[in-house]
Amino acid sequence: MSRTRIFVLIAIDANTVIAGAREIKNCFSAEIGRLGLSDEVQVIETGSFGPADAGVLAAVQPDGLVYGNLTMDDVPRIVAEHFVKGRVYQRRLLEGEVPPPAPDDADARHTQRHGRIVLENCGRIDPERIEEYIANDGYLGLGRVLTEMTPTQVIDEIKTSGLRGRGGAGFPTGLKWAFCAPVKAREKYVICNADEGEPGTFKDRLIMEGDPHKVLEGMAICGYAIGAARGYIYIRGEYRLSIDRMQRAIEQARKFGMLGRKLFGSDFNFNVEIRKGAGAYVCGEETALIESMEGKRGLPRLKPPFPAQVGFRGRPTNVNNVETLANVPVIMRRGGEWFRGLGTPGTPGTKVYTILGHIRRPGLIEVPTGVTLREIINEYGGGMQAGSFHMAQLGGTAGDILGAEMLDVPLDYDALQKVGHVLGSGAILIMNETVNLRDFLHVCLRFFYHESCGRCNPCRNGMRVLRDITGRLKDGCAYRDDPLLMQEVALMLKSSAFCPLGQSPAAPIMSAWRYFRDEIMLGVDAQAVRPRQPRNRRETLQAAV
Amino acid sequence: MSIAEIVDKHGNHRENLLNILHDIQDFTADNSLHQNDLQQLSQIMCLPVSEIVGTASFYTMFSLQPRGRHVIRLCESPPCYIKGADNILRALEQKLGVKVGQTTQDHMFTLETTSCLGVCGVAPAMMIDEVVYGNLTEAKVKTIIDEMMRQSA
Repeated sequence: MSRTRIFVLIAIDANTVIAGAREIKNCFSAEIGRLGLSDEVQVIETGSFGPADAGVLAAVQPDGLVYGNLTMDDVPRIVAEHFVKGRVYQRRLLEGEVPPPAPDDADARHTQRHGRIVLENCGRIDPERIEEYIANDGYLGLGRVLTEMTPTQVIDEIKTSGLRGRGGAGFPTGLKWAFCAPVKAREKYVICNADEGEPGTFKDRLIMEGDPHKVLEGMAICGYAIGAARGYIYIRGEYRLSIDRMQRAIEQARKFGMLGRKLFGSDFNFNVEIRKGAGAYVCGEETALIESMEGKRGLPRLKPPFPAQVGFRGRPTNVNNVETLANVPVIMRRGGEWFRGLGTPGTPGTKVYTILGHIRRPGLIEVPTGVTLREIINEYGGGMQAGSFHMAQLGGTAGDILGAEMLDVPLDYDALQKVGHVLGSGAILIMNETVNLRDFLHVCLRFFYHESCGRCNPCRNGMRVLRDITGRLKDGCAYRDDPLLMQEVALMLKSSAFCPLGQSPAAPIMSAWRYFRDEIMLGVDAQAVRPRQPRNRRETLQAAV
Repeated sequence: MSIAEIVDKHGNHRENLLNILHDIQDFTADNSLHQNDLQQLSQIMCLPVSEIVGTASFYTMFSLQPRGRHVIRLCESPPCYIKGADNILRALEQKLGVKVGQTTQDHMFTLETTSCLGVCGVAPAMMIDEVVYGNLTEAKVKTIIDEMMRQSA
């Protein structure tokens, strides 16, 4: 081990596996073995580096280089050129943001990683080995919490940090914990919401695949703060790799005494289990998620009572998003004040975005809150791939569609709220002029129509009406009053639907109307006449016969 | 694995119903939940069949209709749509000769659409059984299907 001079880190995540990362990794190992370099060069699996369309990625440490778009043919050349002769293989060298070499000092590491907090280890450590997480200050926050702090102090520290829920709604995390902590019950629960169903969002997946222990540590800290001894991670059934990696992480943490009984010599016990989802968008809503965890249809519950009082199994439950929990360990390690100093005052810290669509470098980025859309497109996304900026959708399908006017608004919860928008889950979909707004709107509504759970009447029927209207707009045969009716129905849903799912279509519809009124009106056929609707029961029956 | 063994593995409790259903479905040849299996499950778990079917039918990953040996799930969410998922769907329908939701004559493939698979960086994407394919083109899906047909032939 001591003679190892080169580490090759291969990113194994959902995106790179598609491009054949596992085969390339085996090929590296074989080639290195063939040349007898096994002692000097070590091949390690790691999580995502960020870029999502650069094929198979391999980082070489300590040189701090990243090769992208690797093929089988490149492997022997890289081994021969770079590892044997020490010459960089220029052909596959990746430009843009790449993970720099790992310095020993934690401060330097943070600044070098562009202030990465949540993703500090993604693409640097082997997510399947707890030793590597521990070596990078892992479980230090939990240790400090359990040996030096009371639960109230932990909650105060989170409140000081100003951390807000990263699932989309942006509710202050400290406050949420403070609701749950004083409630007396025989048992309480911490639930990690990893039912990431919002189209265009895959940050939670890459966090779990790249640094699963961070999530576990965050959950354990939360458990200590609110007095819960059990944690559950509800993961989408489609996320096989995340499930495997989290499962392995849980087993290792148990073996190393980071989960289990009497952690760090205290009286605190904490265990984590995985629950697998089965494909329902509405289960991202916390009460629907709890219903689903109880083995029922994932229908949202009436609030109040909030889960903090009556949650899983009818007991006090705290539900947090993966990214929120992944922020917790570093806050405990470095203090709430330090965290508060990052980003904007209203939304401290960083935000993980998934940037997609017609840009040069789609992928995962973590940036301080408050950067603008223009900066994200040009600096992180490498500019537009083709054509010019037409529109962007923030926060997934349930998010606002923005026009070019909004390119310079800082992205944080408060600044966006001031101009009437929400930040949402972190997906940023950039579109050029090839995308027709009316087609796009119809695709969004088709999605909502499919995912409406059917519990409440406004959503069950409203989504169908909206899907039909947007369908007519798409086909250019909408009635004259359709644009108005569409807004009316959307606003009616917003005010009357039972859960956030039903309230969602108002976001894309109303914002699209705000910025692209002309384009929507192009879908109206002035000659079209709406067929007469049956006025009463008798007419309905007659129409049916 | 028998139904009783699967229930034992997860624990005979309503909370574990989803995990149990996942396993039951994975062990069938046609990727679906069978009536008689669910009846048996209902007796073991002391739950009405209506409750079990009601729960299973709520989730898109469970099917009460027999499906093909391989389930193709094409993502139809906006990020894939703007990269041309509609063309891919047409190509798949043409190649397989079935519409969305249908199974091919030889019970090899069932074509379904799904919401976001979380690999939007390589959109358009689809999942065949456990494997995710990205950066799809019309030519590429045809090659993938051909390859799968050849392997099973």
